Amino acid sequence: MTSLLLAVLWQVVQLALVLALAPLLTGWVRWVKSRLLARRGASPFQPYRDILRLLRKDVVLAHNASWLFRASPYMIFTAIWVAAGLVPAFTSHLALAPSADLIALVALLGSARFFLALAGMDVGTSFGGIGSSREMMIAAFAEPAMLMIVFSVAILVGTTSLAEIADFMVSGTVGLRVSLALALIALIMVAIAENARIPIDNPATHLELTMVHEAMVLEYSGRHLALVEGAAMLKLLLYMALIACIFLPWGMAHPGDGVGWALWGLVTFTAKMAVGGAALAVFETSIAKMRVFRVGDFLGGALLLGILGAIFLFVSRGV
Amino acid sequence: MSNLGYDAAHLLGALVLMMSFALLYQRRLSALLNAFTLQALALAAAAAWQGYAQHSHHLFITAALTLVLKAVVMPVALRRIVARLNIERTIEPALSIGLTMVAGVSLVTLSILLVMPVTEDATALTREDLALSLSVVLLGLLMMISRRNAVSQVVGFMSIENGLILAAIGVAGMPMIVEMSIAFSVMVAFIVFGIFLFHIRERFDTLDVHKIETFRGESQ
Repeated sequence: MTSLLLAVLWQVVQLALVLALAPLLTGWVRWVKSRLLARRGASPFQPYRDILRLLRKDVVLAHNASWLFRASPYMIFTAIWVAAGLVPAFTSHLALAPSADLIALVALLGSARFFLALAGMDVGTSFGGIGSSREMMIAAFAEPAMLMIVFSVAILVGTTSLAEIADFMVSGTVGLRVSLALALIALIMVAIAENARIPIDNPATHLELTMVHEAMVLEYSGRHLALVEGAAMLKLLLYMALIACIFLPWGMAHPGDGVGWALWGLVTFTAKMAVGGAALAVFETSIAKMRVFRVGDFLGGALLLGILGAIFLFVSRGV
Repeated sequence: MSNLGYDAAHLLGALVLMMSFALLYQRRLSALLNAFTLQALALAAAAAWQGYAQHSHHLFITAALTLVLKAVVMPVALRRIVARLNIERTIEPALSIGLTMVAGVSLVTLSILLVMPVTEDATALTREDLALSLSVVLLGLLMMISRRNAVSQVVGFMSIENGLILAAIGVAGMPMIVEMSIAFSVMVAFIVFGIFLFHIRERFDTLDVHKIETFRGESQ
């Protein structure tokens, strides 16, 4: 009974934690990036201020915006928040863990993207349309790649439940595996594409030739924009937490561990996010953005790595 | 052999294979040569690790040879050729990059399907190394047929040889003389290639073999 109560408590803490940390992570990445470019950079806490200010502002709507346009930010934000709440961050002892697996995660992210693309087209501006079409092009490559990664991990561990995967990885029975290495690289590539980071899309640009995510959300303002931006920040945290949960679950608390372990899990999780954000910033400053038409090659590479990972599982299983 | 030894060998072998894919993916000759250098480094690491894990010291010589010849001498020489011919940016794939990658994955699958049933009584490490090295060889061949530029074909040839070395270090008890002869025949082939490239260039004013194919006239 206490175990169940604790699971519910950790689940609530987890949902609050991702919400609280996501803007900080985005701000941290921006701060490290500007430091690397020899600029002073805004404080890592700037995204909180931005979101609060946007929340206070009025919403300006195009007169031909339908209900879909107004409902989408809430749908996107909720779907991504729930998805982020499913990824075990500091403990795998979560109330939602049995019902939530990797495939549910992919589905939640997919529906969020569906609404974002629809909203991009709803007002009928050309930018929204081009952004939606590019987003769908990226999705058409990124989702199969993501599913191949899910399948290779699932074949290896024998489950798609994230909590069980984390427990399995930390138990040390799996060792170094080629499939896991391939899946890790593929997952990083998918994460970069999904979060509109630099080789695919520049999160800081408003240049119409290159933008994908920005083009879709150009028409949003006020609290809608705050929700959409918040969802993007949550998504970045989600992908980093996912990578940390599958490939670096060390320091995470497990069912049966005390509160002390959960606190230690919080510390290690924050440290992992800080390191991951810094690594992302270094990667982004050291690489140039690619042309939109090369995105297919990039994500095709991710898909290919996922397939290779699954193929190599059969070699390893032949032991 | 300990589990770690096996896992690390597998991982290093896969790294060599990944660099083969990286070779197929590149669009510029300078990036291609970087990827080739990385593949040679991975191969040297794999050879050194096998030498340590199998306690066969002659593999350290293989590792050192790979390191010096493949990772330093040949890339530097190729870079000089590329700089002298002034062709840093030309790759000219005969097949689109995406199609090449798809073909590459099919070749890897093929080699796994081929090696697994044939080597059922061998140790797991040997089987995997054979599957990986056959893939590297096939990808090198793919590289040679899917590129029009003669320099990238030379790189494809070198990566075939990397696959052969990978096979040689994976099989316990492969005599040193075989590896040496492979290494030196490739060295000789490399020198011949280098001379040929200059001659082709002088004669035809291009390294695009597609243009050379259609060249019939003896006198112009």
